[in-house]
Amino acid sequence: MAHDSSVMQAGPGTKPGSDHAVDQHEEHPGERVYINVAIILAVVTLLEVVIYYVDAISGILVPTLIIMSLAKFVTVVGYFMHLKYDDRRFSYIFSAGLITAVAVFVAVAVMQAYEHVVEFFTAASPF
Amino acid sequence: MAHVVDIAQVQTHGAGHDAGHGHADHPPTSTGLDHRKLLMWAFLANDCMFFGALIATYMIYRGRAESVGTGPFPSEILDIPYTSVSAFVLLMSSLTMVLALAALQKGDLRGSRIWILATALLGTIFIGGQYFEFTEFYHEGLSLQTNMFGATFFTLTGFHGFHVTIGVIWLLTMLFVSLRGGLKQEDSLDLEITGLYWHFVDIVWIVIFTLVYLIPYEEVESAEPAEHARHVFDVGQRLVGVVF
Repeated sequence: MAHDSSVMQAGPGTKPGSDHAVDQHEEHPGERVYINVAIILAVVTLLEVVIYYVDAISGILVPTLIIMSLAKFVTVVGYFMHLKYDDRRFSYIFSAGLITAVAVFVAVAVMQAYEHVVEFFTAASPF
Repeated sequence: MAHVVDIAQVQTHGAGHDAGHGHADHPPTSTGLDHRKLLMWAFLANDCMFFGALIATYMIYRGRAESVGTGPFPSEILDIPYTSVSAFVLLMSSLTMVLALAALQKGDLRGSRIWILATALLGTIFIGGQYFEFTEFYHEGLSLQTNMFGATFFTLTGFHGFHVTIGVIWLLTMLFVSLRGGLKQEDSLDLEITGLYWHFVDIVWIVIFTLVYLIPYEEVESAEPAEHARHVFDVGQRLVGVVF
């Protein structure tokens, strides 16, 4: 975390008002970083599409695509949404929603995969 | 003593560092974070769950429910090269969005307006592409009621398109405010919050693009539908009939 939004970390010498803004903006990556990140994202997207048509790696296509997608997701959140640089509490809030969403997905997938088990418990339930 | 100094700074400097992105005269907050940005992150966490539910629904019935109802099915209808261009356009709109913010933070108002306009244009191109895709699919016989793929696909991508549309309207509003002189360097937090929303619709599309489009579908061979999928599809079809 390059900077923290919490005022409690500001030193006694920190200037008030808009100087905070200047300090904080200097912590954000500049245009050069943004453009480099965008180029990387574009290349990864291109690779995703290319490997889709390559039969030789069809066995590992799905995990490869998911890893690439995850990498793009984390990069956009970290650099473009500034979570890498922002107060960690923003990350906690966002992660809470994300983890809940993934947990719901996994739970439903497990219920579908073990449908007979769910039906067994449903039938046995007095409700 | 250091603690006392810090507290004094909280009171002196208003909403603190994070509020420093925007107006320096904001009232102090108990967290030291700007509440608008905090609220946006909470909303995005909530939207994660919303899209998580839609994506989960799509994935659960992906492949299992294709044999329910009539075609066309995803392996017959999805156009990967076309959607790849749409994905690229949305990805680049994220770049123009951060460039708009960077320009505003440096006080380059003209630059920020150009990049905001570019972002809105790229978003509009994406929506136009989605409209064209939906129209093509409909002409090929795929609708919400055709089969399970149609129902889950249009619901998921339609809600995403709706989010992008809201984002474009928001961006154009920010551009209008900027042209009226209401978006200055000290207001950069306002644009940063807009950007958070915009980047979120981008990351949702990153996930949708992979899970819906790129992961290959099995060819539909068996006409033997899973019983639960048949039941869910029947219920869904009745619900769609009630709503529309």
